[in-house]
Amino acid sequence: MILAKTGNEAIAYAMKQINPDVVAAYPITPSTEIVQIFSSYVADGVVDTEFVAVESEHSAMSACIAAAASGARAMTATSSQGLALMHEMLFIASGLRLPIVLCVVNRSLSSPLNIHCDHTDSLASRDSGWIQIFCEDAQEAYDTTICAVKIAEKAFLPVMVTIDGFIISHCMQKIEVLSDEEVKAFIGEYKPNYNLLEVDNPITLGPACLPDSFFEHKRAQAEGMNQALTHIEEVFQEYKEKFNRELTILEGYKTEDAELAIICMGSTAGTAKIAVNNLRNQGYKVGLFKLRVFRPIVAKYLQKALKNIKILGILERMEGLSAFGGPLFNEIRSVLYDEPKRPITISYVYGLGGREITPEEIEEVFLELLSLKNKGEKDIEKFKYINVR
Amino acid sequence: MNNSSNNEERKECLIISWKDLKQGALIRDLKRIRENKTGSWRSLKPIWNKEKCINCYRCWMFCPDAAIIIENDKVVGINYDYCKGCGICANECPKKVQAIIMEREVK
Repeated sequence: MILAKTGNEAIAYAMKQINPDVVAAYPITPSTEIVQIFSSYVADGVVDTEFVAVESEHSAMSACIAAAASGARAMTATSSQGLALMHEMLFIASGLRLPIVLCVVNRSLSSPLNIHCDHTDSLASRDSGWIQIFCEDAQEAYDTTICAVKIAEKAFLPVMVTIDGFIISHCMQKIEVLSDEEVKAFIGEYKPNYNLLEVDNPITLGPACLPDSFFEHKRAQAEGMNQALTHIEEVFQEYKEKFNRELTILEGYKTEDAELAIICMGSTAGTAKIAVNNLRNQGYKVGLFKLRVFRPIVAKYLQKALKNIKILGILERMEGLSAFGGPLFNEIRSVLYDEPKRPITISYVYGLGGREITPEEIEEVFLELLSLKNKGEKDIEKFKYINVR
Repeated sequence: MNNSSNNEERKECLIISWKDLKQGALIRDLKRIRENKTGSWRSLKPIWNKEKCINCYRCWMFCPDAAIIIENDKVVGINYDYCKGCGICANECPKKVQAIIMEREVK
């Protein structure tokens, strides 16, 4: 079935079909609609979900943790300051190995206050032990949200699915949806690892672990993330086989013979495809990589895909404030370090606080990369900005 | 529980590798919690006076570590294996009664 849906509506629709046991959420722009629409599904009796209208995002994540630890399938959505307020609980969700799915509508973090898109909120949560999957459009958001439930429950790790605030969350697109039965059959029953409410088999959850045992628990948790990519690959493959819809981990667009490429996450990939097409028509060998999975770091995918690229522009929708580029730049650069053949990497920070990015600006990036081709790596300025006055 | 098996369990607990851990740092074997004798944290020690005690159970109700021992409906003493010496029992004991006083712990 084909429907017209905004990104938020597409995610809410996916949540309706997932029919989670518990949704605990607090509204924040631009993700408010997801829970607002979902709460109307609850009020209309279309879903069986226990909806908990909590008093903050900290409580929203706390309630999801408690629900998931009690054997329930739990979901929520948030943005920006809301995700920042959840920060403490994010680590607890992953440490307890609870498969919660959180839909993040990317928005900048204050200060100064801004409600529009950049990736600072989810990238700032990168070390919290959550799988993070970025989506380009409403279709990808719909498909990924459904897959995220299954990935989380296979990996026993929480998953963030992200869309760009307003650009995707409030933009209406044509999406193809599955039937309720297909979604139900695909995600199956949630089989929890443990259940706090099983009174005959009491457990202690979240005990104090002192220096003699804390380290081992963290090492075990790291292994969960090491294995996560296998689960993502399996679920995406199964989704493709069942519904003939391909979800990528790292998408290459016209990259087979490309010498120059850019890599980005989220909706900018769509814009960049136009720029690539325009330049290809003029005979330039340029390509685009769209990184979908930011956590775990998909090192092997990146190493394989980027080995023949001469210069790579890393488009980062976050100012890392590190004096050496943001997380996307640093991680991709680090992944390439041991490779015998690797591109020169240049950081392009763009689109902060919802600043528009156009195909023309991306074409200029490509032309700049082209002009650097014959320069030595040491002579190239590494840290650049797109359209900042 | 006998002490030697306790010690063996404890030893096993200390040398366990991350590969043998349950996902999510949970404890299924609740017996192990008994081995964690939190009484060793104490710097003040409650001293209970049987003659003064009126068995009002206020200390028992408020003790966060369930360390007030009751037998046949009567307070019979304090479980120093788990009492952390917080002093809540002494504080809750009625002022006119003062059956529990806090003393410096001697180790």
